[in-house]
Amino acid sequence: MTVQALRRISDFVEPVPTPDRGEARGDGLAVTIHQLRKSFGQNQVLRGIDLHISAGEFVAVVGRSGCGKSTLLRLLLGLERPSGGHFRFGDQVGRAAPTGAVRIMFQEPRLLPWASVLANVEVGLGDERASANAQERALATLREVGLEDRRDHWPSVLSGGQKQRVALARALVSRPQVLAFDEPLGALDALTRISMQRLVERVWAGQRFTAIMVTHDVAEAVTLADRVLMIEQGEITLDQRIDLRRPRERGSPEVAALEGRILRALFRNAAAGEDA
Amino acid sequence: MVRRVMNPVFSVIARQSERLTQWALPIGIITAWEALSLAGVIPLRVLPAPTAVIAAAWKLTLSGELLRNIWVSFWRAIVGFFIGGGIGFALGLANGLSRRSERIFDSTVQMIRNIPHLALIPLVILWFGIDEEAKIFLVALGVFFPIYVNTQHGVRTVDEQLIEMGRAYGMSPTTLFWCVIFPGALPSIFVGLRYALGIMWLTLIVAETISASSGIGYMAMQAREFLLVDVVVLSILIYALLGKLADSTARLLERWCLSWHPAFQPTIETDA
Repeated sequence: MTVQALRRISDFVEPVPTPDRGEARGDGLAVTIHQLRKSFGQNQVLRGIDLHISAGEFVAVVGRSGCGKSTLLRLLLGLERPSGGHFRFGDQVGRAAPTGAVRIMFQEPRLLPWASVLANVEVGLGDERASANAQERALATLREVGLEDRRDHWPSVLSGGQKQRVALARALVSRPQVLAFDEPLGALDALTRISMQRLVERVWAGQRFTAIMVTHDVAEAVTLADRVLMIEQGEITLDQRIDLRRPRERGSPEVAALEGRILRALFRNAAAGEDA
Repeated sequence: MVRRVMNPVFSVIARQSERLTQWALPIGIITAWEALSLAGVIPLRVLPAPTAVIAAAWKLTLSGELLRNIWVSFWRAIVGFFIGGGIGFALGLANGLSRRSERIFDSTVQMIRNIPHLALIPLVILWFGIDEEAKIFLVALGVFFPIYVNTQHGVRTVDEQLIEMGRAYGMSPTTLFWCVIFPGALPSIFVGLRYALGIMWLTLIVAETISASSGIGYMAMQAREFLLVDVVVLSILIYALLGKLADSTARLLERWCLSWHPAFQPTIETDA
């Protein structure tokens, strides 16, 4: 199965040398996924995923609804147990990543409505919340996303984009080495979305964590990622490097060409009338 | 409501008068009552004038009887409330958090809940006589159910996504409880609390009028025997005031604990 899948990929894109550029980033953690499978009852969601993500690499995962891309992130976070296979963070053998090293941003902000903006960011510190400089660190991260002046507000008075920025700060405050994004910008309006994408790119460039972003938006994937993966029916069917210079311009011919190419691949196997 | 830029002094007056609006109706009713009593439309044997009730209150205050009875009733209410509410809260939490605990306790509790607790009065008198235990037991039993049901419901309906977030961010079960589950259940717990306070007074009134040798209900029954209508009316008014006091306290507590909740946030003045 996997061999076939790989062959299909190589039919489609020119062979990509193992990236060495990513390894040099340093602060991120490489993620190696080996034969990862997950079924819910009879339903096989992931059918053997093999993947190596270099430290500090920005990977976008696209695919149609229900293809298993969100399940991949949930497995990575330890929110679900794999039915088979395993993954490895860095050179460590074993499933668990160091505490606080892997963080996630959900599709919804998921802020605690009864905690102030600052306290919500502190949630991201985990066990370190009790440490002396916890508040300082939370405040510094809040400054990074530009919401320092809202520190004492309740989340309910923030706009959708501001809430996601707080959620980003919460994900960043523990200085994670791997940051997973589960379509975090999907619910935002177009303008807010673009500014959020720039913010995500900026903090990624600054902090050099490994980023794995699940998204519906192929343009977003091409603008942000070093590499775009496509998952179809529980398998990786496309592994496309994006070697464009940053910052990338939305709508530039190169971005549009790659976007078109991935979209065509997405629709190639789709039956007419199915939603992407 | 139309919002216009207003003179600040005028807007303060407007806000104050809005606050006073809620008192307009009770004051109007009492004034009309007094006037009708003076005119002799309402016979004194049916309803004494408000001034007569105030006079009775003054007389009973001077003799110390009033305060003593209020204190006795208040004490019964509070003790019963804490016993019943405490057990209900603990069991509600346990059954909300643990499926096993729910399987063991819930159907039994639901069966008992369907017995009107005041129907137990004859049995309770047989058990405890007309001593304090009887009244406290009834109050505790009445208060238990709303607290139990709403606590369990609150814990059960905490946003699953927030719990998942807590787990993804490495919260321990204790932290998860104090940071996510308990605050998430709090609005529902407060609903139970306010409901329980209503039941607390209701139970106490019934228990005290049937079997007591002190308390406001006893005072009212004694007054009935001697045809002191003013004291009867006074007792009823005191129950109303105590009930209002309990509800206001609960509201204040709610406002303070749930200040994060959009329903309790001051409306943002657009012209500020």
